This record gives sequence, C-alpha cells and structure tokens, in this order.
Amino acid sequence: MNILMSIIGAVLFLLLAPLIGGLLMGCDRVLTAHMQSRVGPPILQPFYDVAKLWHKEKAFTSPVEMIFTTAYLVLMAFSGALIAMAGNILLVVFALALAHTFLVLAAYSANAPFSNIGAERELLSVMIAEPVLILLAAGFYLVTGSFQILDLFKLNVPAIVFMPGIFIALGLVVILRLRKSPYDISTSEHAHQELVKGVTTSFSGRSLAKVQIAHWYEMILLISLSLLFFARQPIFAAITVIVGFVLLLVIDNIFPRVTWKMTLKSIWLVTLFLGVLNLVLLGIFGVLL
Amino acid sequence: MTSTSKSPWILHYNASSCNGCDIEILAALTPVYDVERFGIINTGNPAHTDIFLVTGGVNEQNKVVLKNLYDQIPEPKVVVAVGICATSGGVFRDCYNISGGVDTIIPVDVYVPGCSVRPESLIEGIVKAIGILEQKRAAMEKTK
Repeated sequence: MNILMSIIGAVLFLLLAPLIGGLLMGCDRVLTAHMQSRVGPPILQPFYDVAKLWHKEKAFTSPVEMIFTTAYLVLMAFSGALIAMAGNILLVVFALALAHTFLVLAAYSANAPFSNIGAERELLSVMIAEPVLILLAAGFYLVTGSFQILDLFKLNVPAIVFMPGIFIALGLVVILRLRKSPYDISTSEHAHQELVKGVTTSFSGRSLAKVQIAHWYEMILLISLSLLFFARQPIFAAITVIVGFVLLLVIDNIFPRVTWKMTLKSIWLVTLFLGVLNLVLLGIFGVLL
Repeated sequence: MTSTSKSPWILHYNASSCNGCDIEILAALTPVYDVERFGIINTGNPAHTDIFLVTGGVNEQNKVVLKNLYDQIPEPKVVVAVGICATSGGVFRDCYNISGGVDTIIPVDVYVPGCSVRPESLIEGIVKAIGILEQKRAAMEKTK
C-alpha cells in the first residue's frame, strides 16, 4: 500500500510540477508587470516560450551540452519526485546538489567567458544554499528521529514550531534559488543587465527549454520543502505559500541586485545565527519534548 | 499561429547609430507601449534570439561584430533594420567609413525607416517580422 502511494505521489509530481511551475512563472510575470503599471504577457507565456525554444534550430556549443542539460532536468525531477514519495530527505539534498553540478558543467562546457562567469556564480549560489539544506535535514532528524519525510506527517505539532530559524534561512535560500533579485547573481532574467543571462548564456533551443523546465521543477520542489514544515496543517501551508509568493514579488520589484559577496555574507550569517542556533537549541531541549 | 509568433525574443545591436533609434526601441519596452504583452523580451543574447534589431549605418569596425552576432542566432531568425541609417545608410550613406545599410553585410527581412523611428512603426515592423518568422519556421519544418 505504501509503495503504491509513493509511486502515485511521484507520478503526480512529475506530471503536475511543470504545469504548476509554469503557471506560477506566468503569474509572476503578470503580477510583476502590474506592479510596474504594465499589462504584461499572457499567463501561459512561459509555456509558449518553452514550446518555441523546442522548435528552434539545434545549435550546441559543445558535444556534451545536451547530456549535461538533460541530466540536470532528470535529476531535478528525480529530487522533487523523492519528496512527493515521502522518501529520504538527505537523498533529496544530495540529488539536488548533483543536479546543479550538471547545470554548472553544462555552462562550463561552452568555454565562453560569459558562460563561465555564469557557471561560477551558479556554483557560488549552490555553495551558499547547501548549508541550509543540510541543516534542514539535520533539524528534521532531531525532530522526528529519522531522515524519512513520512515521519514528519506523524508529528502532532508541525515542524515549524521546532525549527522557525531554519525555516527563515530556507526562505532566503528559496529567493536565491529562484534566481530573483536581490539574489539573481547567477542569471539576470528580465531587464537587469549585469550578467546577460549568466549561466544560460550559451544555451539555445532545446537546451534552454530543458533548463527552463528544470527550473519549474525546482520551484515546486522548494515550495514542497517549505510545505514540509506545515505537515498536516494545509490551511497554514496554503497561507504561507501565497504570502511567501507575493512577498517574493515585492522584494523582486523594489530591491536592486546585491553583489555576490553581499549574498554570501547575508545568507551565511542568517544560516549561522538562526539556523545553527535553532539546531543547537533543538539538540539541547529536543530530548525533553 | 504557433508558439514562435507568441514568444519572439529580441536582440538589439547598435551598429554606429546616433542612439536616437535605440532610445525609441527602449521606449517600446516601457509601460506606455509594453511590448511584453506580445511575449517580446529584449534578451541581449544572440543564442536566445528570434528577431535581430539593428540600428545605424554599419561602419568598418562593427561589420565583423554584426556578422558574428547574426551567425550566432539559431534558425528561424529575422533581421529588422531599424531607422533610415540601417535601411540605406541615410545621410551618412556616402561617408568613407559607412557601408550604407545593414543589408550590405547580412540579409535583412524588414525595413523600418524613420529618423528617428517611432515606437508605433517599430512595433508594426516587429509584427511584420513575426509573420516572416512564422513562414521561416514552417519552411524549416517542411525540410525536416
């Protein structure tokens, strides 16, 4: 029964995540446009973009680019499906890191200066995000006594009560990983022009479409990760996602980009103070609960 | 109408223009004209481009750059010459350093004259370009 449930969860994630992810991107673009008193594109625009990219000429900057971008997409979908299967949280964290490694390799394989800078920035953002994800896994372990996501749903009190510090740190990482300002250091989407398209500079056509779809998967994956803090509390979970999304758009529209040094310092400081302190307190008092 | 015409991404290159037409191109991206309504994005990256907007009469120094950018754009692609200098060289036509229009270097599909070009005529030119883009995609799929 459990195996059947996990398979259904995984299949649902693989099918629905790109749809919801794409729609969220569309909402993002429309809401952003309204905030700038523009009309903005149709809500299905991200799907049109990917469909168009799929029909472009196949032009690869290196023979391995296709393998790396495909691996990125597959691993990203796999990590997300693992959460949907209520699998092992550590495996999710490591599969996610591996997925990003393939994206970085794809950008490095182009051997073009802008693409290389983009790859370095992407690597940096992975490095900034990784400690928080490890803390998250460790925190879940302290709370439930296992790395299985399923055990989170057996708690009487949602995990947010035990790990508010780690949740805030995760929030910053979500902004970083969604490549939105102020942390859009690895790609410069929209009209920002510091690093033109950063890590995706050398990708065109289908490679770019794959990176885009993987990005939708990643969006839903990160949202699912934050939802785990509200296991068995669907109303709180829904409120958090909606408030979080609007807050993200506001931040994106009023803050300019911070430099990569600022990004590193600010997120690591939050991770260190809130995340580690949270974990230490959990370690000391967790036994008493 | 396929996805190609719903998401035409733009690359803008200034081949020795006076900046007049460039400002009008950027004006089309502002809230007044808001070309993102049509899915148009100014990418700034040839690998992501569908429509190549070129301003200016093209001088000796940016000939190579122009050709290079054109070659990096994956098919199907459309080139729009924006402003009178890009279409024919304009008042600079006889200058010793001006090649006299974008079509002396790369094939041009749409000419949008004007000094400087109005955002309205620019948008009309891009709409024409989208039609040509669609034809090119159909032709590409036929040869497959």
